[in-house]
Amino acid sequence: MEISALVFYLLAAITIGSAAIVAFSRNIVYSAFSLLGTFAGVAGIYVFLGADFVAGVQILIYVGGILVLILFAVMLTHRIADVQITNRSAGMIPAVVIIAVFLGLLIQSIRDTPWAKAKEIVYLPTTAAIGDFFLQHYLLPFELASLVLLAALIGAVVLSRKETKE
Amino acid sequence: MQQLVDQLIQEGYFEGVPKDFVYTGFMVLVALLVLSFFVAPLAGITSWLERRVWARIQSRVGPNRVGPQGILQWLADGIKNLLKEDIIPTAADKRLFALAPYVVFVGFFATFVVIPFGSQLIVADLNIGILYLLAITSLVVVGILMAGWSSNNKWSLLGGMRSAAQIVSYEIPAGLALLTIVFAAGTLSMQGIIKAQGWAPWDWLLFYNPFTFAAFFLYFTAALAEGNRTPFDIPEAESELVAGYVTEYSGMRFLFFFFAEWGNLYVIGAIATTLFLGGWQIPPITDHPVLVGILQFIVFFLKAYLWVFVAMWVRGTLPRVRVDQLMSLCWKYMVPLSFICLLGTAAWMVIWPQGNRVASFVMFLIGVAILGLFFRRVRFQIRHAQPVLYWKPYI
Repeated sequence: MEISALVFYLLAAITIGSAAIVAFSRNIVYSAFSLLGTFAGVAGIYVFLGADFVAGVQILIYVGGILVLILFAVMLTHRIADVQITNRSAGMIPAVVIIAVFLGLLIQSIRDTPWAKAKEIVYLPTTAAIGDFFLQHYLLPFELASLVLLAALIGAVVLSRKETKE
Repeated sequence: MQQLVDQLIQEGYFEGVPKDFVYTGFMVLVALLVLSFFVAPLAGITSWLERRVWARIQSRVGPNRVGPQGILQWLADGIKNLLKEDIIPTAADKRLFALAPYVVFVGFFATFVVIPFGSQLIVADLNIGILYLLAITSLVVVGILMAGWSSNNKWSLLGGMRSAAQIVSYEIPAGLALLTIVFAAGTLSMQGIIKAQGWAPWDWLLFYNPFTFAAFFLYFTAALAEGNRTPFDIPEAESELVAGYVTEYSGMRFLFFFFAEWGNLYVIGAIATTLFLGGWQIPPITDHPVLVGILQFIVFFLKAYLWVFVAMWVRGTLPRVRVDQLMSLCWKYMVPLSFICLLGTAAWMVIWPQGNRVASFVMFLIGVAILGLFFRRVRFQIRHAQPVLYWKPYI
């Protein structure tokens, strides 16, 4: 076995293991902190795909931004230790049906995809290419995403602003 | 290096182990050893120097007993902390409490991977050097939140929350200031940015245009805030929060947090040097490869350490800001200013795609004038304070 394969399996194990803790831990703070492993593992897999820029952004946005926000929210909740991890508003039977359908779909798509093995990972600077694509080929989706983010920003300001009464 | 490993393999030291493993193992081992033996004394000596510098600023003596001028104080402190009992509070969340110092430490230590000490002296010159730096330091926030929450102490939690809010906010002006330089240099790689500059000060990106000049100060201020340094050290403000998120820590775990803080000072200086101050660039005076390497390292180290000293100086002279002042400084002044710097540099590059040498010279002269005025001011102050200063620094 090559060392890259070993590292890959290690990364996959970290990602899936942390994700399992996120889903099954009874302590909601543990779940939140385990997200760190999941995000970092996914970033490692991006590195394996030769997408170092995406990996850097993954860590920057997900660990530096989103995870910290989640942690803030979680730490301000009470009853951290005994969270009801099963959702009582939906029954057992619909859950099993949905899981079965999605599992089937996933297995189907995994089996149907022709997995090509990359011969060698080449680390070329991808940043400029990504920028070109954003501002040429994918300009419309890019601008739309910016608009959505702007709307979210304005929404946050409106929500957090104090009501001033005349 | 590779020849040595090849020879070891041929002599049969690693029977049955694939070559890949041996190479990777050796590379990791050497990099870790070099970094540890560089980073550990660096952080230690910085801690001693900081205490001495403050002491002089406050007309005290400071630690001067262990070794000449107390230079071995950090070893004594380290041994003392290693031997101390490792206390974990009963009500604390033991696993997270134990893990938190390491997360903080990894976030700081991993930055050394991309710091270019010389044209050959870098662990890994990543294509995304700066992005990696910004990304990996976000681990520190997670570690601090972990420490704050798991201590099960109000002061710790408040300190952790404050720290996270502060770091997340100040990441934005710091990141934008760095992005200004990425614009001017046209690359994210640390070595690439240094190669875009020259050895002469007017070839540095600091003097590239007025906007990068301003971005430097924005970066340095924001980096001090990100490193929880005075005047932005509200997460561990003694007068309000005991010791913030490190209140419950003792012994070596406590030291790990401060190890990261002192080492981080050097990282701030190194980033500022790489991006704004020409990095390891030296005048072409010699061709000897070893000599060039040593000179480059010395130049880089001194430039970076100058900013460590400035940070100590700032800490010794400025009072702490309030929480609301901290946030309004970031969001109302620094973020808009850094956006102006970014857009200004972009416009500058549209007008002068090759840069503007005359403007660089003018900026350099302005920089020298500011420095001159500053030193005149300092001399004036020292002359007036002379009668009350206890003016004998080396006891």
